[in-house]
Amino acid sequence: MAKVIEGLFYSESHEYVRVDGEYGYVGITDYAQNALGNVVYVDMPDVDDEVQAGEEFGAVESVKAASDLISPVSGTVVEVNDALEDSPELVNQDAYANWIIKVQLSDTYETHNLMDAKAYQEFCESQH
Amino acid sequence: MNRTLYGNLIFELSKDGRRGYSLPINQFGDFELPAELRRGEDACLPECDELTVVRHYTNLSNNNFGVDTGFYPLGSCTMKYNPKINEEVAAMPQFQSIHPEQPAETTKGALALIECLEHALCQLTGLAHFTFKPYAGAHGELTGLMTIDNYHRSRGDVSRKKVIVPDSAHGTNPASAAVCGYEVVEVKSLADGTVDVDDLRRVVDEQGPEIAAMMMTNPNTLGLFEYRIPEIAEMIHGCGGLMYYDGANLNPMLGACRPGDMGFDVMHINLHKTFSTPHGGGGPGSGPVGVREGLQEFLPFVSPYNGNYAVMMKAYAYILSLGKEHIGMVGPLATLNANYVKESLKDVYELPIDSLCCHEFVFDGLKDKSTGVTTMDVAKRLLDYGYHAPTIYFPLLFHESLMIEPTENESKETLDGFVEVMRKIAEEAINDPDTVKTAPHDTPIGRVDDVLAAKHPVLTFKQLRDEQD
Repeated sequence: MAKVIEGLFYSESHEYVRVDGEYGYVGITDYAQNALGNVVYVDMPDVDDEVQAGEEFGAVESVKAASDLISPVSGTVVEVNDALEDSPELVNQDAYANWIIKVQLSDTYETHNLMDAKAYQEFCESQH
Repeated sequence: MNRTLYGNLIFELSKDGRRGYSLPINQFGDFELPAELRRGEDACLPECDELTVVRHYTNLSNNNFGVDTGFYPLGSCTMKYNPKINEEVAAMPQFQSIHPEQPAETTKGALALIECLEHALCQLTGLAHFTFKPYAGAHGELTGLMTIDNYHRSRGDVSRKKVIVPDSAHGTNPASAAVCGYEVVEVKSLADGTVDVDDLRRVVDEQGPEIAAMMMTNPNTLGLFEYRIPEIAEMIHGCGGLMYYDGANLNPMLGACRPGDMGFDVMHINLHKTFSTPHGGGGPGSGPVGVREGLQEFLPFVSPYNGNYAVMMKAYAYILSLGKEHIGMVGPLATLNANYVKESLKDVYELPIDSLCCHEFVFDGLKDKSTGVTTMDVAKRLLDYGYHAPTIYFPLLFHESLMIEPTENESKETLDGFVEVMRKIAEEAINDPDTVKTAPHDTPIGRVDDVLAAKHPVLTFKQLRDEQD
């Protein structure tokens, strides 16, 4: 069963955001990495790019498929996880430790539109 | 098979200074190439004798797999048999030696054939006019969308910037729309695999004046007939948009129904799918575009020439071989074959949408997921049994998609043989999963490391050599 972590917020397109003050760490969930299979490339935005909740901000490519990354929150990218450039497989090893972008949130209230751990767990179970 | 000759690249068989060919004596006397036109260093070309070259490529060709070698159920691709009479017709010297720049009055026979083919395609699709200029399906999609764009602009209707695409569409649809400058709006599928008409209505209600077109395949990517198509077409036409038909899945419609009658305005046909011309290997393809009466003036200029002419000859030979009496059997037989395979396997493979399919269907991997055997493993194991693998991990609607399309050409015996092997693999997955997980075992090359290949592709011999140094 896919791992879900308490305290994070989740989207229906299987991204998560971990909120830390005015910042949010965005990545794909364990369910998503498992469904994608071996990740071979993560296409990330540049620092200072704007992201919009519900809009695409990059892509994850696995041996099976390429999938758009949909941002769960809005704001400005302040950091990207450079380690994923050479080692995209880190996403498979631990999807939650290996976030993809760090966003300065423009609206911390936005997370109310997302699912909590319990709701996301149920959502994943309903997917199959 | 000779492993030395097959397992090495032609570059690795090279010996310095060896030659397999003598250039003819230069009839024009000595000529010094200007220095600026000469290479600074030798070209990296293999140096081999003729016999080594012949053996190397003959060994490679013996390891090739095509529809002439065995069953090739590659879903969404319609790998149908290419009848040999098509080749005979296309090789006729009267046609083969004409040149595209020849004066038109000397090529009237060739042009007449295009007209005859156009007439046949109009009859089969219910559209009024076809252009044969597009060189392949994706080129056809772009040509069709440019036609739609020209139509809207001609009316001064410049606010239509969006194209609707169902989430089950082939990836080329959103790609073509984006290349044509459109924004893509996705509509969802229902649990039964067809377009969610309520979701579509919401999109049309909210964004109607901005909708240029809706692109659809029917039957869709899951091989399911979009039975609410009249309602969908009415909704799109109602908001001022046009209906685009992706001909990728036209095969099961031959003899059953016509895109023009379903309300489509513009379409492309992949002659290399539905009309039995050779497929794959990068071409030559052909993607003729058909339009409803009144739209032909909006067809864009995409090429000065009439596409791949020999491909058109093959398609026309196929249509005439079957004739009016038999071409209508193509769709029903393709549908029968797909349903036969589906029903024969659905107790051991997961069928996510259990309904009557058209020419193809999608399993979501093995039914018993506890063995850890994936769709990839099943596909690899099929190679050991001498079958080309089906399409895998597409469509993206399921995690373990396995997409099978037998086409109408296959006999019941061939289908039974495939079913037997698929059932055997399902048993192996339970009793001997490691054999399946490490397959293939009997092919010249075993399981390929696809992660390494994706992360670190070595695409040229030069790159290989540089990395070894």
